[in-house]
Amino acid sequence: MSAAALAPLALDGPGAPPRSNGELVFAEPWESRAFGMAVALHDAGAFDWPAFQAALIARIAAWEADRSGDETWSYYVHWLGALEDVLVADGTLGNRDITERAGRLAARPAGHDHDREHGHGHGAPADHREH
Amino acid sequence: MTTQYDPADLGTERLSPALRTEALEQLLTERGLVRTDVIDGFVAKYESDLGPLNGARVVARAWVDPEYKARLLKNGTEAIKEVAWGGGANGEHIVVVENTPTRHNVVVCTLCSCYPWPVLGLPPSWYKDPVYRARVVREPRTVLAEMGLELDDDVEIVVRDSSSEVRWLVLPERPAGTEDLTEEELVPLIGRDALVGVAKVAAP
Repeated sequence: MSAAALAPLALDGPGAPPRSNGELVFAEPWESRAFGMAVALHDAGAFDWPAFQAALIARIAAWEADRSGDETWSYYVHWLGALEDVLVADGTLGNRDITERAGRLAARPAGHDHDREHGHGHGAPADHREH
Repeated sequence: MTTQYDPADLGTERLSPALRTEALEQLLTERGLVRTDVIDGFVAKYESDLGPLNGARVVARAWVDPEYKARLLKNGTEAIKEVAWGGGANGEHIVVVENTPTRHNVVVCTLCSCYPWPVLGLPPSWYKDPVYRARVVREPRTVLAEMGLELDDDVEIVVRDSSSEVRWLVLPERPAGTEDLTEEELVPLIGRDALVGVAKVAAP
């Protein structure tokens, strides 16, 4: 690595270089976790990137071949599916491990599932204040 | 590769991708295969540290240094490492192609979303979208025009399909009127879209 690569960057002020994509990289927190897991596993030598890429291509191709037209495109759903496929194919995980664990997580008491925090009535006092 | 479980599990209220992701992270951390803080680190790196800035620095160097430009066009992956971090997943096999007044390169990944992460960060949503991936191959001139880049009919358009073997990066044309700018002054002019080939670099 050259010295230039280690030079500190001026990130503030009017001359600040373009740094971000100008949009959210991840739409939802789980997307960043699914992304981070794949990169971390690859970095640890769990699989070769082309193997993951092939699984991702297969997932996307299957979706594009099967879709009825009303399904919403979600790139990271395919990413997650590809990661699951790779880990099941190499024996790291059993076929039903993730579904079983996710099922158990879904059965948690309300309030423990952060995806379902909306609608429990906490912090919605506007109606009550009118009385 | 075949699907390993019932796809109906995905997208349902009961087993949303968020739940499956949480389950997967639990299983992997329990088995010592990944650590949560390591995942955090990679997410932060790709969200904040890696982005089009690195690609902009590569392009600015190529504009001011003809010898560097020659090395960049000959071996993109190695030349990028002279200027920016070029490792990690999707950092290998980067090939740089030069746009000229008569030849315009635009990048796509028709099969998934191969993209030179170290120099561009993670791809924007339109790059991953099935519509862009399919249409830019069939009708690139129309798609580019819709994205705001009108090219004359006599400009040849070359669509570069990225894969795990080749990840394309566009070296855009240096805009007229920037002859007196330094490398540092050129960097902020160079945006991501020009490095994918769906835009040109404009003079300040």
